[in-house]
Amino acid sequence: MTESVLAKKPRPSYRIKIEPRLDEPPAWFPAAVSIGAIILALILGGIVILIAGGNPWASYVHIAQASFGDVGVLSDTIVKATPILLTALACSIAFRMKLWNIGAEGQFIMGAWGASAIALVPILPPETSRWLFIPAMALAGMAVGAIWGFIPGYLKAKFNVNEIISTLMLNYIAISWVNFWVFAVWTEGGFQMSTKFPVTAWLPRLTDYGKLVPLFRGLTTHGGLVLGILAAIALWFIVYRSRWGYEIRLIGDNARAAQYAGINITRNIVYVMMLSGALAGLGGMSEVAGVVHRLQTSPIAAGYGFTGIIVAWLAKLNPIVIILVSILFGALILAGREIQPSGVPKMIQGIILVCLIASDFLLRYRVRLVRADAEE
Amino acid sequence: MTEATSSNLIVEMQGIVKRFPGVLANDHVDFELRPGEIHALLGENGAGKSTLMNVLAGLYKQDAGIIKIKGNAVEFSSPRDAINSGIGMVHQHFMLVPSQTVTENILLGLDDPRFFMRLNEFDTKIAKMGEQFGLKVDPRAKIWQLSVGEQQRVELLKMLYRGVNVLIMDEPTAVLAPQEIEDLFGTLRAMISQGKSVIFISHKLQEVTAIADRVTVLRRGRVTASAVSTKGVTRQELARLMVGREVVFFVDKKPKDPGEVILDVKNVQAENDKGLPALRGLSLNVRAGEIVGLAGVAGNGQNVLSEVITGLRKCTQGEVILNGDKVNNRDTLFGIQHGMAYVPEDRTHVGSAPNLSVTDNVIMKKYRKPPISKGSLLDMTAATNFAKELKQAYDIIVPTVNTPVRLLSGGNLQRVILAREISGNPNFMVAVQPTRGLDVGAIEGVHRLLLTQREAGAAVLLISEELEELLSLSDRVYVIYEGKIMGEVKVKSVEPGESLIETIGLMMTGTSLEQIQKEGVASHD
Repeated sequence: MTESVLAKKPRPSYRIKIEPRLDEPPAWFPAAVSIGAIILALILGGIVILIAGGNPWASYVHIAQASFGDVGVLSDTIVKATPILLTALACSIAFRMKLWNIGAEGQFIMGAWGASAIALVPILPPETSRWLFIPAMALAGMAVGAIWGFIPGYLKAKFNVNEIISTLMLNYIAISWVNFWVFAVWTEGGFQMSTKFPVTAWLPRLTDYGKLVPLFRGLTTHGGLVLGILAAIALWFIVYRSRWGYEIRLIGDNARAAQYAGINITRNIVYVMMLSGALAGLGGMSEVAGVVHRLQTSPIAAGYGFTGIIVAWLAKLNPIVIILVSILFGALILAGREIQPSGVPKMIQGIILVCLIASDFLLRYRVRLVRADAEE
Repeated sequence: MTEATSSNLIVEMQGIVKRFPGVLANDHVDFELRPGEIHALLGENGAGKSTLMNVLAGLYKQDAGIIKIKGNAVEFSSPRDAINSGIGMVHQHFMLVPSQTVTENILLGLDDPRFFMRLNEFDTKIAKMGEQFGLKVDPRAKIWQLSVGEQQRVELLKMLYRGVNVLIMDEPTAVLAPQEIEDLFGTLRAMISQGKSVIFISHKLQEVTAIADRVTVLRRGRVTASAVSTKGVTRQELARLMVGREVVFFVDKKPKDPGEVILDVKNVQAENDKGLPALRGLSLNVRAGEIVGLAGVAGNGQNVLSEVITGLRKCTQGEVILNGDKVNNRDTLFGIQHGMAYVPEDRTHVGSAPNLSVTDNVIMKKYRKPPISKGSLLDMTAATNFAKELKQAYDIIVPTVNTPVRLLSGGNLQRVILAREISGNPNFMVAVQPTRGLDVGAIEGVHRLLLTQREAGAAVLLISEELEELLSLSDRVYVIYEGKIMGEVKVKSVEPGESLIETIGLMMTGTSLEQIQKEGVASHD
């Protein structure tokens, strides 16, 4: 029951009134508000570009072309979006239960390590069929990622250790761990990279089918996209259609009510952190098997786990929306490469983020223009 | 009905209109206050009493109408303005800093002392002021160490220290024990004798007639009785003005012979969150087809008991038997699966998930079993149909079952919770304060549902602070005091006599039934 008069218009007969919404806005409203926020962000970004002496329209056209302009760059955008998609899914399920897992980065890296181990130890010989190799790597990546999620989950459930700190710290351990293996065990002639995986351990790419479909020639979009989309759909079903997902939503919204409904919260903390870690780990596997084809810290630990936090949040934790937002962020990263070193895409990213988060206000409050002297 | 001329009024409010989205909280309300009087503002929950007073205290700005202080029109844009005009409000929820001392809280926000706290000097000043008004409280005590009654005194001192002449008390007795209420009334009288005026917001008729000189009654945002003297009006008349019809104080309850013992609590001991003993060897039982009341002042272990029974809290000794099974120190699920229903005191923080839909909230205890579950998946169609059935059967007013329950009114939310609990066909139900904060219509609905449970042969344990509610619904009433049962009384007649109420009152304040009978305290009529 709060109400405030935020601003007085120059003409004194009107004022802006802000009231909390007492009923749900129509279904299209949240989407419209989000699109409006993005448009506003682009306008604001344009103003900044203008002040910096650039041509906003030309910059935007350039960015759009650099990320969606033709099949080639679109494919590159999707390649960038794939790891973000999986880390964002990982963050979303943890955030759904109000577990602030900011360790998707570390779980992603450990997943990459786990998948690499299959090819580099080697657990499977190079001549193994791709049909066995890829699933084995995916499982290994998910398992190691899940272990990396289990540690903070168990500590949280058992000893109430703050998961923000523990997941953050485990990120650094993951990087050091992978560095050790890259430098000391699997190194390619002393360089900071492992030897290359056998081709059977590569996720299929579109360009691999270039002979069949000429359009696919040179396109690097790989099977990780399929894994990501399947994971998103599966996660949607878990969250909205399964008993476990119901428990997760209930704990996330009101842990005391969940406890009252007889739900074991500590066990779910561990399970959800493991699922979160497994999804991020699958992202790591997809990156090494689909793009890098070897284990190497620098292109893998590129902050996908942190971008995933933002994407999950912007998509309001909805797995299907995460697919779209990931592609948008993939495009922004790619455009960033294109117009370096201006920093414009980073800035636009930031403005979009602020506008989207601020637009949430409109979903909870109604803004009305009323006559100051109105009695209604 | 106004007897005074406007010249000797300290506060005048004329034609106050205050709107909230979807609600007209005050519809052209007039109010007046004379110096040196206690003026009660009476009305149901949601009648607009607190809104009107928040306007007077500068927290809300009225949409229309004028406020005059001593005949001069004023405009308040903050509580500070109101305090400068001598008007202060003590809210239902206290606004104190728990880790600071009484003196520090009272000085908070003032210009003096400016830099050095000089606490000793102010401690003395505040202690003296407390004596003057009969507000005993140690100025050096930290707020968290104080009882609720003492914290209220600090709030009062805060206002008196700021030199207010008009004190608004928003339902001050809701949090107090009976003897504390007497102390408060003493303080209010002391303040009146020193020339202050008090506005007393309440929905309790008895208090209003006991303390107030005049009373203004509000109903649905309008004045139904303007400043009438409490001498010339009966409780029945006031009740009618307040709710618009004669209140049925005693519900229609058919006599019924109780069956076997369903719940047996034996010599239970348990600790509260701070690790202090909250239950000290408590025993009680509830039989099939009866409602057993548990009376007591808030904070005497009622909540801990309900948590031990439902498995949310472990007990250190004793046992709780439900239908022959031991249920204490097991997980909550065991009770749920063995026919136990629980209506918790805190509807929003324990009883429901505010951002989830009505459907998600009603399947909370059913989602593990078909037809709601299909293996490890949920059958959303079955869940939605189930929610729609309950919406129909329990008159839940909500646009669709997909609406998040945070948008529901208190009465509707309570219906959602009761619908969920009753639909499981429980043979035992614990209901803690099931009608707190609800309006009269909703209270009647809840009472009817509890009686239906009794008719159906379920055992109901009703934990409540409303004696009237307990006496009108229960077959037996236990009284709890500091984690022990002080005694048990049977409620036989439809209209319990004064001596029964007095006996319960004595037990609530720590005299055991044995003692009462031995000393013959309650046998004078």
